[in-house]
Amino acid sequence: MSNLLERWVPKVVLAPTFVAVLIFVYGFIGWTAWISLTKSKIMPRYEIDGFDQYTKLFATPRWDTAMNNLYLFGGLFIVISMVLGLMLAIFLDQKIRTEGVIRTIYLYPMALSMIVTGTAWKWILNPQHGIEAMVQGWGFAGFRFDWLVNPDMAIYTIVLAGVWQSSGFVMALFLAGLRSVDGEIIKAAQVDGIPNWRIYTAIIIPSMAPIFLSAFIVLSHLAIKSFDLVVALTGGGPGYATDLPATYMYAMAFSRGNLGQAASSAMIMMAVVFAIVVPYLYSELRAKHD
Amino acid sequence: MTDATYVSPLAGQRSTSARFGRIALRAGLYAMLILFALWYLMPLFVMITTSLKSLDEIRTGSLVALPREITFEPWRIAWSQACTGTQCEGLKPFMWNSVIIAIPGVLISTLIGALNGYVFAQWRFRGANMIFALLLFGCFIPFQVVLLPMAKMLGILHLAGTIPGLILVHTIYGLGFTTLFFRNYYVTIPQELVRAAKIDGAAFFRIFWSIFLPLSLPIIVVSVIWQFTQIWNDFLFGVSFSGPGTQPVTVALNNIVNSTTGVKAYNVDMASAIIAALPTLFVYVVAGKYFIRGLTAGSVKG
Amino acid sequence: MTIKHVIAASSAMALLAFPAVAEPTAEVLHWWTSGGEAKSVAVLQEQFKERGGVWTDMPVAGGGGDAAMTALRARVLSGNPPTAVQLKGPAIQEWYEEGVLADISDVAEEQHWGDVLPAQIAEHMKCDGHWCAAPVNVHRVNWIWGNKKILDDNGIAMPTTWEEFNAAAEKLKAAGITPLAHGGQAWQDATVFETVVLGMGGPEFYQKALVDLDMDALGSDTMIKVFDEMRVLRGFVDENYPGRDWNLATAMVMNGEAAFQIMGDWAKGEFLAAGKKPGVDFTCAATPGHGFLYNVDSFAMFDVGDDADKVAGQKLLAELIVAPSFQETFNLNKGSIPVRTDVSLDKFDDCAKLSSKDMNADAKDGSLLPSYAHGMALRGEPAGAITDVVTAHFNSDMTSEEAVKQLQDAVANAM
Repeated sequence: MSNLLERWVPKVVLAPTFVAVLIFVYGFIGWTAWISLTKSKIMPRYEIDGFDQYTKLFATPRWDTAMNNLYLFGGLFIVISMVLGLMLAIFLDQKIRTEGVIRTIYLYPMALSMIVTGTAWKWILNPQHGIEAMVQGWGFAGFRFDWLVNPDMAIYTIVLAGVWQSSGFVMALFLAGLRSVDGEIIKAAQVDGIPNWRIYTAIIIPSMAPIFLSAFIVLSHLAIKSFDLVVALTGGGPGYATDLPATYMYAMAFSRGNLGQAASSAMIMMAVVFAIVVPYLYSELRAKHD
Repeated sequence: MTDATYVSPLAGQRSTSARFGRIALRAGLYAMLILFALWYLMPLFVMITTSLKSLDEIRTGSLVALPREITFEPWRIAWSQACTGTQCEGLKPFMWNSVIIAIPGVLISTLIGALNGYVFAQWRFRGANMIFALLLFGCFIPFQVVLLPMAKMLGILHLAGTIPGLILVHTIYGLGFTTLFFRNYYVTIPQELVRAAKIDGAAFFRIFWSIFLPLSLPIIVVSVIWQFTQIWNDFLFGVSFSGPGTQPVTVALNNIVNSTTGVKAYNVDMASAIIAALPTLFVYVVAGKYFIRGLTAGSVKG
Repeated sequence: MTIKHVIAASSAMALLAFPAVAEPTAEVLHWWTSGGEAKSVAVLQEQFKERGGVWTDMPVAGGGGDAAMTALRARVLSGNPPTAVQLKGPAIQEWYEEGVLADISDVAEEQHWGDVLPAQIAEHMKCDGHWCAAPVNVHRVNWIWGNKKILDDNGIAMPTTWEEFNAAAEKLKAAGITPLAHGGQAWQDATVFETVVLGMGGPEFYQKALVDLDMDALGSDTMIKVFDEMRVLRGFVDENYPGRDWNLATAMVMNGEAAFQIMGDWAKGEFLAAGKKPGVDFTCAATPGHGFLYNVDSFAMFDVGDDADKVAGQKLLAELIVAPSFQETFNLNKGSIPVRTDVSLDKFDDCAKLSSKDMNADAKDGSLLPSYAHGMALRGEPAGAITDVVTAHFNSDMTSEEAVKQLQDAVANAM
């Protein structure tokens, strides 16, 4: 009797989450898929019209730019934030006296809303007011740092600000992970005379695989949803050189009153995410399972 | 630090290498850490200096220079006088809305996430991994997509424009992350522990309560930091699902900062942004402390 | 039991005693949240209260109303729309087609709106022949602002054709002054673009290309010339323009770093706030060419069913918005001009007087035209599609021919 109960308790505990996810995630994705097949303008309409919205989407040069930016920005943002986060976590893990202060400094950007931080970044990166002007003022007249106003480079300023905002949190994740590694194993390895860098690469980092999964999910979530960042820093410009799918979708849905088009762009975005994330999840979860 | 049992490889090393090399290494380490600290602090520096300047000075001077004359007027205006609509009472009236949205949102999603993570890590059943994957994939749904169906749903539930409605939304879209954090943390706890406890006759909740929860402080801190940041800084849900009187502080901040055709008061904008971020900053400072304590507690386990 | 009866009876009596007096209430969704804008709308709130109304403020700023429109959709979908919403241009008719707007014809007719509003502008306030929105103000978009001292020092008069402008700009450039202060944001690029279309093509061409979306006009040689001029203008802008807020561009003119700025009359507010005087420190003139591009703010009333209080609130609000006293106070605060033609302009500055004079004159010869860049001429989708091409052209090396081709494609795609 109690055994039966025990078998059911875990499922009952999960049930509310499961139902909520089915409705509020997959139900809503289904809704979006439906809308993407309609001619919905400022408000949803439900008469199916066909795949027109997708045809139009692929005929829009701005959408190509947005997708290319997503790959470029997403890739760089995730890799740099992970590497930097891990590096800072390892540095901070060396019995640093002022760890508390430094850790808070690394973390705080996450606390600030990009609505305004974006303005500060904009000034810093602006050639006329910020770093370029400052360094030139020191006497290096030839110094150039004009990424923000250069259509080919502007997307990298989004990476820069994104990494600035999120790498601290990744650092915190890795720091928590580093400290949950069994101290005995490390001691044993040290007694055996294994060099420190080998201890990190062969023992500590591999044992943090679940942390990498968390960091990856958090970062890709942030990359895909990067919206405030773009709006505040470049507004998608110069031109639409720094547009991302999320800003494109928002513009379609809410500024231009074209919900059908917005829904189709959302579906493509989710398909891309699906194609990238699912294999990763699969391999990670499989490895754990076996 | 009172951390006695935990040993970091580089620091704890009883090395035979030259003393000088160690000192140089440490110096380099500190230099790197400080360099990065400066990089992280740069925008904050710009924000603080700007918030202490008068508007005239901003208009005529360099945007990133130190203030010639310090004034706290912008801070006062941001807190209690800036217009956020026809009402000109600053950010003050909106802070409380955010507090009563964020605190229940964080607590509920963290608690459910902990239980979910506990099931996924230690009480796997057939199909559990599938459900976990479904949950994780849900983390990637762009929030712009859910706005409209969610609005309809809240209307059906009679929660549109209310604080409970916002709490519900934040809890639902936070669950994927909190579950992930706890699951990945609990996975590292040996399953033998649960098996042994089961043999002793301990039940599902007893094991969670007396074995897992006491070990969870560091990951609770991570989960709280994440959720609190997400909820506190959320603008999109806040602006769509609030009504008059329930608007969170980010909407008020946005209203102060985003003037369409009016005069821009950058000093007040910057002061407002810092004020709006104070609770999150506070959480980071406090949570950081518990981080260490949690580690001490965690290391006792070994 | 008996107590229940007594209460029931007395409330029934209360209903009988005050049969028709509703307390006007209004929840107003708007995006005027800071500085002069907020003060201006507060005037309306004040007057509403004086007349016994209860005003609930629902301010949402950001993106020129984008965030407010997001909130509006959520509110309408959840079955709880605000009573009055700041809406403008064809968006009013778009919402009307969704069946969510209320009819305010009785107020409009009672107040004789038809007699005091310019006909073109009144048209925007009507849905299927009846009134559904109340206009607040008229912003003129095609202004060019100049730094008086720089212009005088270099012997330059305000240009009346684009050729003159180009010549003046070359002269300034040679003197080491940035001729044109510009902020490289899509809507600012679009603002400059539409003034060039008006100036080079004339009012008729503007109407065909940017209001009627006539394919021949969009693909014409005139349009190629317009893009050529945009490329020329790009050369008159300093290299750090991308992303710059419009008010920082205004500051460049004020501080003598640049000579001209092309921007709507909200820029005047920046000059005035910095203590600069029209005609002394800065000059205002219409952009080269003939015509008047307007940007009219308005409030649309949403269908609130038969809630007597809310209906009363909508009527009172509509009446107050168009009434002369509010028109005067509001527009003095905001830098625009009253939408009514019968409001005295004694308290207004010279730029506003010029604006009003031009509006009345241009209304007669068909050159009073809706601004495309500010959402008055087109629905969101085609307008956005045009802006995408304009801003992409301005910020790259795209040729004018290529831009015109893309323009046609984009508009066709958005139909």
